[in-house]
Amino acid sequence: MSTTQLHVPESEKMPREHYLNATYGIRSWLLTTDHKRIAILYLISVTFFFFVGGLFASLIRIHLLTPGGYLVTPETYNKLFTMHGVAMIFFFLIPSIPAVLGNFVIPIMIGAKDLAFPKINLLSWYIYLVGGAFVLYSFATGGLDTGWTFYTPLSSIYSNSAVTPAVIGIFINGFSSILTGLNFIVTVHTMRAPGMTWMRLPLFVWAHYATSIIFVLGTPVIAITLLLAGLERMFHLGFFNPAYGGDPILFQHLFWFYSHPAVYIMILPAMGVISEIIPTFARKPIFGYDFIAASSIGIAVIGFIVWAHHMFLTGQSTYSAVAFSFLTFLVAVPSAVKVFNWTSTLYKGSIAFDTPMLYGLGFIGLFTIGGLTGLFLACLGLDIHLHDTYFVVAHFHYIMVGGAIMGYLGGIHFWWPKITGRLYPEYLARIAAIVLFVGFNLTFFPQFVLGYLGMPRRYHDYPPEFQVLNVMSTAGASILALGYLLPMVYLTWSMRYGKVAGKNPWPATGVEWTTDSPPLTENFHETPVVDWETYDFEHRPELGLSGTAPRKPVPAHGDD
Amino acid sequence: MQSQMPLSPEQASNFAPQVDNLVYFLLVVCLFFATVICAAVIYFIVKYRRKTPDEIGVPIHGDLRLEIAWIALPFPLLLAMFGWGAAVYVDYRHTPADTLDIYVIGKQWMWKLQQPDGRKEINELHVPVGRNVRLIMGSEDVIHDFSVPSFRVKMDVVPGHYNTMWFRPTKVGKYHFFCSQYCGTDHAVMGGWVTVMEPDEYAKWLAGSSGSGDPVAVGQKLLSDLACNTCHLPDGKGRGPSYSGVYGSQVKLADGSTVLADDNYIRESILQPNAKIVAGYAPVMPSFQGLVTEEQIVDLTAYIKSLKDQPPPTKPGTAAPATGNK
Repeated sequence: MSTTQLHVPESEKMPREHYLNATYGIRSWLLTTDHKRIAILYLISVTFFFFVGGLFASLIRIHLLTPGGYLVTPETYNKLFTMHGVAMIFFFLIPSIPAVLGNFVIPIMIGAKDLAFPKINLLSWYIYLVGGAFVLYSFATGGLDTGWTFYTPLSSIYSNSAVTPAVIGIFINGFSSILTGLNFIVTVHTMRAPGMTWMRLPLFVWAHYATSIIFVLGTPVIAITLLLAGLERMFHLGFFNPAYGGDPILFQHLFWFYSHPAVYIMILPAMGVISEIIPTFARKPIFGYDFIAASSIGIAVIGFIVWAHHMFLTGQSTYSAVAFSFLTFLVAVPSAVKVFNWTSTLYKGSIAFDTPMLYGLGFIGLFTIGGLTGLFLACLGLDIHLHDTYFVVAHFHYIMVGGAIMGYLGGIHFWWPKITGRLYPEYLARIAAIVLFVGFNLTFFPQFVLGYLGMPRRYHDYPPEFQVLNVMSTAGASILALGYLLPMVYLTWSMRYGKVAGKNPWPATGVEWTTDSPPLTENFHETPVVDWETYDFEHRPELGLSGTAPRKPVPAHGDD
Repeated sequence: MQSQMPLSPEQASNFAPQVDNLVYFLLVVCLFFATVICAAVIYFIVKYRRKTPDEIGVPIHGDLRLEIAWIALPFPLLLAMFGWGAAVYVDYRHTPADTLDIYVIGKQWMWKLQQPDGRKEINELHVPVGRNVRLIMGSEDVIHDFSVPSFRVKMDVVPGHYNTMWFRPTKVGKYHFFCSQYCGTDHAVMGGWVTVMEPDEYAKWLAGSSGSGDPVAVGQKLLSDLACNTCHLPDGKGRGPSYSGVYGSQVKLADGSTVLADDNYIRESILQPNAKIVAGYAPVMPSFQGLVTEEQIVDLTAYIKSLKDQPPPTKPGTAAPATGNK
């Protein structure tokens, strides 16, 4: 194992002027239009919601240690898993990579000074805060016990918890996503530096372009759907309640029309991060650039026509079930294309095991398991038995935690030197990555088995035969919690005490690594001109890699 | 009984071996791909680990043949998973004739189940082994879901219409059933036991019941209490169609289409009478939404069902003002 930080002279100084010291004072942050500062504001706020959601998760796992569940009452348990889901999905996972990492690096990656609409970018953050405040108000005044899916008529009529402020909060928060998506799309179209052609766009940008399409097309649907549920609750309008002539299944169609693509909102940006990390630490061009880029768009498009696979048991027609099952199997193709291409990128690389790469490799493994278990659920004959069991819980945590959060943390470590200008303690970070990987698998792998054995999800109480697996899961969760606390501590520490990183510590090939760390408020001293191919190490002598005449190129379909 | 994977629940219905075989197939395919990917990753990162700090990798940009191969080659496997899964699903949805029909009503947070002879149970279900059983399920409030892991069956129970599912128990014993759709506070304890008995034991169990009344008789009394029979005359000459021979028949509607008169149709005709107007009749019936409970609808249906073998009136609707029928 060799690290790649040899090119950073110990004596290198932080740049004299950068976005962090350009102006001072709380106003300079709260009224900033600098995409980098807004990214930091998002970083702080999504981290807050992550710990809120994580606290709920810890209580859930402690409660499930014993079959009787003695920690909290059934009402409280139902609120815990609902609030865990709402906080994590709407206020952490969906904004995490786009609003933090995307916001910070996309403009720099394409050689722009900022996003296309800097003030709208700030507005997005304030909208997020207002939406978050409504949801926290709901949590604090009665909580929320509908499940994050808000199925009617439970949410619209029967629940006694604070549903109305929660749906208003999520409705408001939706506009934050829509504006961020719009901003990214316009920025990618209009703000690319000279020489940054579409086929030179980093795959991280392609992934965000695909994500933004979903933001813009999908989010209005969930917003209006939850608003309708809220109106039914407040004014007893009969949209979804059969007693008033409504149809509860209609809600599910509308809800999943957004919320299935929302899964891709969470995973596509993470795939983008992995597509940056792997070529950097294998020091070679990514294998099948165009196929990875196209598969992002393919996932975004097909992702819109698979929603009813959440509803195979609602009594939908057999024909519709068969069609949606088939379309769901189709979505496996672009996902598999990505995994095969990442794996092939490792072939004949020069592979280092820096922390971001550990997250990248972990992502490949966990996403593979998450994706393959998705096939079990897409398979009609199996979904009947597996639906609404812990198998589903395990599956989507492999995608969302094993995939999205591993990608997020990998990205945070990868760009941390750019964001802060300093390096984190490498060995501690590697240990944390391994602890997370182990803790994650111990937490969620037993849940696949629990699900096949038939344990339904959202149970505060379960038959004793399920206890052993639940204890394993809870043990894993405590390791996982440690794995999340470690980066929190050493990253914070490194902001002041970390070694100075320099422009390009890894080194990596993206435009963002040609500017200062941390960058100027305007990102670049002068507009960059991109005259190299993305992920090309061979023709970049300025990276200081002398081994530019490596082993002879051979076709990838060789013997080994 | 075939030997079982220790990680799967007991196989106690006709569907259980089908589902388990399907899961073995997917496990084998998926383990193969997971192993190939993991093995490749591990092999590459060991073999191509960085030897010197300034080394770079071999610039390989991709290979079209390889891309086509790994899209095209696994595709037949995807199709196989899809096709096999769909075939099993069709089996689940294709209810055989001659089933033992049991009505299931879910409400926060209990299950009420009713045998064909009217015997009612709460959170308990007794069924004979080897007999095709159909559950006709409705909800009084929110969405519930009736699931029996050992039978590998599960179906949402949705307010507003009936969902049905069927299975054939293959093994005597007691099996957990659960509510699998989150339904509020006591969702986790909204479950119970299915007891599968030998047919003669089941018959004895049924005979030993005090019974809460024959549902046909209960339904008939309710029908006259609600004055349904003032319009729905047996000869079809009232303001509403006759019940005779309706259940299970194809009913001709005012808009020219036909509909199968099953439990859902009867339930809808009681609660939303104007949704489907029988040809030759006017949309004059008021809704009984809120006036009858789900359980009463089951009794009314039982009565209408008991008339299914009676000959239908020959010329329906002659006494009624004709509304634009075809």
